[in-house]
Amino acid sequence: MLTLFYHRKHLQWGHERQNWTMEQWKKVAWSDESHFLLDHVDDWVCVCHLPAEEMAAGCTMGRRQAGRGSVMLWAMFCWETLGPGIYVDVTLTHTTYLKIAADHVHPFMCTVCKNSSCLGVSGSLIPADAESFRCFRESQEFVEKYEGALGKGKGRKLYAYKVMMMKKWMKFQRDFENFRTACIPWEMKIKEIESHFGSSVASYFIFLRWMYGMNMILFGLTFGLVMVPEALMGRPYGSMPRKTVPRSEQAGAMDFAVLWDFGGYAQYSVLFYGYYNNQRAIGWLKFRMPLSYFLVGVGTVAYSYMVVIRTMARNANRDGGGDDTSFNFSWKMFTSWDYLIGNPETADNKFASITTSFKESIVEEQESHKDENIHLTRFLRVLANFLVLCCLAGSGYLIYFVVRRSQKFALEGLENYGWWERNEVNMVMSLLGMFCPMLFDVISSLENYHPRIALQWQLGRIFALFLGNLYTFIIALMDEINLKRREEEVVKYNMTVWQASLYNGTVDDNSTTSTIPVDPADVPRGPCWETMVGQEFVRLIVSDTMTTYITLLIGDFLRAVFVRFFNYCWCWDLEYGFPSYSEFDVSGNVLGLIFNQGMIWMGAFYAPCLPALNVLRLHVSMYLQCWAVMCCNVPQERVFKASGSNNFYMAMLLVILFLSTLPAIYTIVSIPPSFDCGPFSGKKRMYDVIQETLENDFPLWFGKVFSYASNPGLVLPFILVMILAIYYLQSTSKTYKAANMDLKKKLQTQNEENKKKNKRAALKAEAELEEARNAVMDGERNYIHPNGQLLSRIPPPCGSADRPPAPRGSEMAGYLPGNPRQPGPRRQRSTNSHRY
Amino acid sequence: MDYTNNPDVKLPLALIINMPELKENPFRNRIVESFSEDGLGNISFNDFVDMFSVLSETAPRELKAIYAFKIYDFNTDNFICKEDLEKTLNKLTREELTPEEVNLVCEKAIEEADMDGDNKLCFTDFENMISRAPDFLSTFHIRI
Repeated sequence: MLTLFYHRKHLQWGHERQNWTMEQWKKVAWSDESHFLLDHVDDWVCVCHLPAEEMAAGCTMGRRQAGRGSVMLWAMFCWETLGPGIYVDVTLTHTTYLKIAADHVHPFMCTVCKNSSCLGVSGSLIPADAESFRCFRESQEFVEKYEGALGKGKGRKLYAYKVMMMKKWMKFQRDFENFRTACIPWEMKIKEIESHFGSSVASYFIFLRWMYGMNMILFGLTFGLVMVPEALMGRPYGSMPRKTVPRSEQAGAMDFAVLWDFGGYAQYSVLFYGYYNNQRAIGWLKFRMPLSYFLVGVGTVAYSYMVVIRTMARNANRDGGGDDTSFNFSWKMFTSWDYLIGNPETADNKFASITTSFKESIVEEQESHKDENIHLTRFLRVLANFLVLCCLAGSGYLIYFVVRRSQKFALEGLENYGWWERNEVNMVMSLLGMFCPMLFDVISSLENYHPRIALQWQLGRIFALFLGNLYTFIIALMDEINLKRREEEVVKYNMTVWQASLYNGTVDDNSTTSTIPVDPADVPRGPCWETMVGQEFVRLIVSDTMTTYITLLIGDFLRAVFVRFFNYCWCWDLEYGFPSYSEFDVSGNVLGLIFNQGMIWMGAFYAPCLPALNVLRLHVSMYLQCWAVMCCNVPQERVFKASGSNNFYMAMLLVILFLSTLPAIYTIVSIPPSFDCGPFSGKKRMYDVIQETLENDFPLWFGKVFSYASNPGLVLPFILVMILAIYYLQSTSKTYKAANMDLKKKLQTQNEENKKKNKRAALKAEAELEEARNAVMDGERNYIHPNGQLLSRIPPPCGSADRPPAPRGSEMAGYLPGNPRQPGPRRQRSTNSHRY
Repeated sequence: MDYTNNPDVKLPLALIINMPELKENPFRNRIVESFSEDGLGNISFNDFVDMFSVLSETAPRELKAIYAFKIYDFNTDNFICKEDLEKTLNKLTREELTPEEVNLVCEKAIEEADMDGDNKLCFTDFENMISRAPDFLSTFHIRI
């Protein structure tokens, strides 16, 4: 139907070609369609009208294009010949027209006109040329492909179904993302802390939350794959010697003191290594308990490595380059305000600290870098390091001495000693951890470092302290393990004697008499060194936690109460003076968290309850510390983070992970397991369980493949290849870094060049302006107005006295002095350049 | 507020800057203005969502840099010139610094960051400087 739009297009087309020659018109093909009714009259009426009345209401009628009992014919012709006539059996729309055009017009045009410069004009649709028939062909293909999407044709239902499923899937994904975000715990708590204390204090709590997540996974692994199967499918309590409290201990097995010490019933339960049975497959599921225990132990370490390294990589990616000192002021200006702050007091604090920081930087910038008394500073620093080393050595020796003493106590029987002697080791370690950092702080005031560097030194020293303590503890533990193993030999010997005595003197070993039923509680037991190790770690964690909480309550809470309420009746102002409110020690707390996690990793193999304990501890810590921070602490005055990114703490976590898995691996690989407790009892080494599984549970070829793969001849080249790969990657990264530095330097020199150039240009422009101004004033001095007015003399500017005056009267005709005019100075300048 | 017939509601500046998250921020006016379409601070719901998603933790660094530039550009001429820096500094320190100190700091900042020598920071200069900053992502962040 010829709508107004197409009417206009046609008219436009015609106007554009109104000057065409006959030759050009010969290249045009003309087409139209017409509608023939076969069985009824369509009320077509022939009208006669003036050209202007073509579209008048009285001369037009509606038209049906096609329908039952009617035929649509489409035909075309051009100068040379007649074109094809085509029967159109569908409604002639754009779609079908394209089809017709592609199918018939294009070939016709190609045959008729040898070149592509032919045109086709249609009766009621947009005119087209041969080139756009290609376009039509493409459109036709497109239409056929997306028939369903266009809402017509057979593909429609399938397409609609696909679209609906896609929408549902996207909605489900979005809902799941929302649910996952809503599940993140403690978001509001952290937000409150952020708004009160800023982002650095909040970073500790975010770190705590991340640790909580990791420990949840570890807990899931140990609980689901180790503790629950043994509890549900293993032999119950009391059925075996290893699962029963020995007769001698049964009296006090339920006492709270014993339970708190993880002895008694707590010791003989799924919480510790010794309870597990070495039966290869338990229950109706044929659950391979020893294999699962071993693999879970390895898996927790592997998972931890993966998570820590992945987080480090992500952080490193985010933070871009390292520490640059070239943007000191810019960074201070644009990144010092913490957008998280929402509390008026904190905001005041923040403003004050920003002002102080700016003033300090200005002072540093203004005074020259004279290193006064560098020798004194150096001497003081060396002295401070020496003192610190003495401290570390002293604390290491103290722990060793205490552990030795506790071994002595253990030999003589712990019942003779009071509470302090029994818990000496743990208490000493915790106290050292509390007081030594303060000592280091005092010593570091000798050194006179920039606060950020001083903080890094402090963290390094505390790290060394904790590490030393931990390793001394482990060495002492090793001593105890050896002791227990010697004891085990003795017990094994005694076992044979005892068994013999059971049979009342029957010496015959081949006797087939039935074994006399003995209560499991009465069987003599070997000292289970693994359980002992697990117990030690659990006790250490518990005492550490207790110390932290008590320090928190006394050091922060009671201090705050004291300052608050005694301020009224005290000589000096407590709030600003000596005690004042405490600040939240971010780095100390983070270090404590990291070391606790290290101990968990060390002990988790021997005490499957450790991850569960840690989850509980972190949960309580979160709430307690959040409350303590909001209640007793004040925002820090000077905020210095140890490093720009969180990667500093992540790197320490990685080091601790590595160091804490070393002792566990050593014990697994080199010490034979106890003979009567644990899932590996009876084997020569703990990792033999893998060999056993391969032999019994996997097909033969698998065992062969595995033995080939673990052949040293294959493993060594593999390690060699890995070393080479590491070396290659490191050298490429070095070249990239060097290229980066090069580019930075280039940028810097380019920047300086630009500045110099700009300065020179600015100076030159200024000089020229100055000259021009002088020349103007000179000119004005000697200028006489054409109507005879003498202008007031303007005193010549300095520096222009040497310029000879030039006759400028003619050029200045018609201009009054003092009016800003463009051509004047320019003309002056050109005259000047003429002259000089 | 008739939401059915007039769904494009725009909230005025004075209402948004009293939000608890923005109340203490010295740049709250500029933040709301740079996210509003008319530049005067009347923001629609879409602008509001944009604002908090750029300021959230997961927004990419480049996006944050773009909007940080807009926020610190007080006279909206697509350059951070010395006056903008002076205003920023005065807002940050609540005008506690003397004019000489303010002058010194602004000049030092331009000297450090300006790469093409026109004595003002264009977006490339700003982005180059801010992408190295270690604290940028953690301070340019509002939790909601």
